[in-house]
Formats: sequence, C-alpha cells, structure tokens
Amino acid sequence: MVRGVTVIEFCNVSKVYKKEFTAVKDINLKIQDGEFLFIVGKSGAGKSTLIKLLLREINPSDGVITYSGQNITKIKKRNVAKYRRKMGFVFQDYRLLPKLTVYENVAFAMEMICCDSKTIRREVPLVLSMVGLSDKAKYYPDELSGGEQQRVAIARAVINKPEAIIADEPTGNLDAETSKEIIKILTEINKRGTTVIMATHDMNIVNSCQKRIVELKRGVIIRDIKTRGCIDESKEN
Amino acid sequence: MMGLASISSVTAVLIILGFVLIIVLNVNSLAFGAKETFDEVVVYLLDDTDEKQIEEMGKAFKKIDGVMEVSFQTKDYALEQLKKDLGDEAYILEDLKRNPLPNTYIIQLEDVSKSEYVEEKIQSFEGVEGIRYYDEAVDKLIKIADFIKKIGGWIILILLLISVFIISNTIKVTVLNRHKEIELMQYVGATNGYVRGPFMIEGIMLGFIGSLIAILIISFSYNYILNYLSDRYMMMMVGMSGYIVGIDMILKDLIIIFLTMGIGIGVLGSLISLKKFLSV
Repeated sequence: MVRGVTVIEFCNVSKVYKKEFTAVKDINLKIQDGEFLFIVGKSGAGKSTLIKLLLREINPSDGVITYSGQNITKIKKRNVAKYRRKMGFVFQDYRLLPKLTVYENVAFAMEMICCDSKTIRREVPLVLSMVGLSDKAKYYPDELSGGEQQRVAIARAVINKPEAIIADEPTGNLDAETSKEIIKILTEINKRGTTVIMATHDMNIVNSCQKRIVELKRGVIIRDIKTRGCIDESKEN
Repeated sequence: MMGLASISSVTAVLIILGFVLIIVLNVNSLAFGAKETFDEVVVYLLDDTDEKQIEEMGKAFKKIDGVMEVSFQTKDYALEQLKKDLGDEAYILEDLKRNPLPNTYIIQLEDVSKSEYVEEKIQSFEGVEGIRYYDEAVDKLIKIADFIKKIGGWIILILLLISVFIISNTIKVTVLNRHKEIELMQYVGATNGYVRGPFMIEGIMLGFIGSLIAILIISFSYNYILNYLSDRYMMMMVGMSGYIVGIDMILKDLIIIFLTMGIGIGVLGSLISLKKFLSV
C-alpha cells in the first residue's frame, strides 16, 4: 500500500430500503491509503449504512464502491470472506466471546483464517502488549472494564495485519477519559500505516483529534474537512 | 432435547422404511414364487392308482393342448423334499407310520390362457384326487404388493419431510445460540465452509446415529418376528421358506440404504437451516 493513493472510493452511492427510506444518497467519497477519517453525524444520519456498504453486508441501490480499484459489489458471495480479511472491525459493543479469555478472543481471529498455533503464540502477545493488556491475557471479558474490552477488540481487529480498521462508534459505551485512550491506540495503529475509518457521533472526540471529518446529515455528505494531527499529537511534536 | 428429537425422528422414518421394504420384498418374493407356479398345474393322484395307470395318465396329459411339459414326482421324493425343507424340525416326521403325501404330476403350461381348458381336461381323468392352481391368489398377491409399495412410498415421503424439518430446527437452535460467534466469524473473514462446517457435522451425526439405531432395531425385531412365526406356524413357514426374505439376505443393502438416507436427511436439514439463518 502506498500513502496518498485512493484505496476506498464511493462513487454516486445511494442506498434505499424497501423503495421508501433513503439511508444514504449520492455519496462521493475517496479515502486514501493510511488516512485517518471520522465519519460523523447524528443517529440515523447514515454512518452505519456506509460501514455496512463497505463491509459488503449490504449492496448499494445505486453507484459503485471500489476497494483498491476493485468494484466490491461485483464480488461473488463466496469471495466476500476473502475481501473482509483486508479489514479489521471494532464495534460499539466490543463483541467479545464471553466464554473465551482475552488471549483466546484475539487468537480467534487468527484461527478463523489461517495460522498454525506457533504463529498464534508468537503474534497474540505482541498485539496484547501494543494495547497494554499483556497482564490480562487470561482474564474473561466480564472481568474487564469497558475500555479494556474495547482494547481487546482492537487487538483482535489488528492481529491479522489488515489494510484498514473500520470502527463503528468504538467509544459509544465509554467515558471521556477511556475514549481518549482508545483514540490514542487507533492513532498509533494509523501511524504504522493502517487506514482508520471511525464512525462516531461524539464531536468532543472528533474536535480534540484533528483528523479528516466527513459529516453526514440525512444520508448526504454535508461536510468533508481534511485536517492534520491530533491536538495531543501536535503537543508531543 | 432437540438432538434427541432429531435422532428419534430419523430412527422412526428409517424403521418404517425398513419394514415397508421388508414387506414389499417378501410380498414380491412370494408373488414371484407363486408366479413360477402360475404356469404350473399340480395334479394330485389317488393313492390306489397303479403304476400302469399313472404312466398312461402322464402320456395323456402330454397330449392335451396347452401342455408344454409333464413331470412326475413320487410321494417318497415329496417326503424327502419336505424333510429337507423342515431342516432341524424334520424329526416330527420320524414317527409317521405311512407317507401321507400323494404322487403328483407337475404340468407346465405353454400358455397360461389355456389353464382353464387344461384344468377341465385333467379333472376328467380317473385317478386324479385334486388340482392346485393359484391364478386368482397370485393376482391378489401382486395387487397387494403394488398397493403396499404405493402407500409405503407416501408414508416414507411424509416422514422424510418431517425428519428434515425437525433436524433443520435442531440446527436452527444451535445457530441461534451461537449467532454472535457466527457473525464474528463472518466479519473476521472466515469462509462459508468454515462457518457451516460444524453445523453440517452436527446434522450428519444426528442422521448417522438415527440410522444406526434403526438398523439395530430392524435386525433384531425382524429376526424375532421370523422366529416367532416359525415356532407358531411352522408348516406354513416351511411351505413359504423358499420365498421368505431373511435378514441376512438384505442386511448389507439395508445398512447402505439406511446410512445414506440417515446422513442425507441430516445434511439436508443442516443445509436448509444454514441457508435460512446465516445471512451476514
């Protein structure tokens, strides 16, 4: 992947449900490789619809979505799994498996698509260390705080070294302080070259971290602002 | 509980299938056996018929229009055949003071349409005690066989559908219970085969276990029924023994049919359930 190159493109994309409700309309959006992008808007603005379109959970009613030049709507159903391996997902509700430990939850993502146990044993501790949870590898999700659970989810999202991280309201269930920690981790991941797309309605987070903002209102992009650096980042610099 | 219901439904379908198959095979076999004698008229001779008379009767029978072949069976030969058929139970004949079986002529017909004419002609001979000819009985037997096949076929089809439905629901419960895990697997990029694999295996196992139980039940109960009938209705069973289908004759085929159908039901139930409930 090369920085500055468009990796994801929405071209005149619309999604209409049951011929009545327009979730998103005429979306034109280019996301570059290595970019950190916030998709913001109130509830019902269309943020989740964009994410679902990108995940190939749903298909657009109109328009084309490409990933690395490939039209993702043309991907056959049996190849969707392979496409999704390019991305890691972080959800608002963490979606950890309650009967697995932290280690096992992260390892789960590797087991699904590849990897012998030796590789898993090598990689999982590295990723847990990155998110600061090395000492909690044997804990179960219900023994962790919300922030810790989300860090496990991020670890699971990055373990397979995806090209992009898609985060849908990852700080939605967290307090302000914990949310900042999560953003910090995502920023770190982004610095290493991974594209990060984060949907959120928390404008405090967005404003404190001056990344590109795409704002949706009633399914339409009303604002697309490119900015640089988080306030904390610039202070460190 | 659901697993038990699934196994039971597969077992029930296959047991009924097994018994319908066995009944059809037996009726077919009996009908075939009866049909073999359909073109035969058996003529029983009076005990006091002397050798010369017997020989003349044989020559005369051959000349009757519609008769293809005539063969003679002595009463001693008939008794020996009966002893062979009885096998271990032949001891019951040891105390017989005289041979109760008659001398017989077995007349092979050229054309079964001439059976009535031939029968009429034979009746007119002196020395003929009786004639055996089972055309009406054979017709009825064949009709019964066809009827059983049709009814059996419908019953099996309905039960098959019920079994597939029950297994599909069992798998559905498992899918719903593991819905979060499945969804996660799909987001992470697990292939459909990887996601479906465990559920297909579950369906196959349910069908496999159900078919094994059915095989055991059918084998033991059919053997038991045959033994019971042999004890209670020995003479009748001896007469039919050449045409009764023993379990050893069909066990290998039953096993193949049952395993195929049991596993098939399991796979079909899984596929239906997975198609309906896996959607990410």
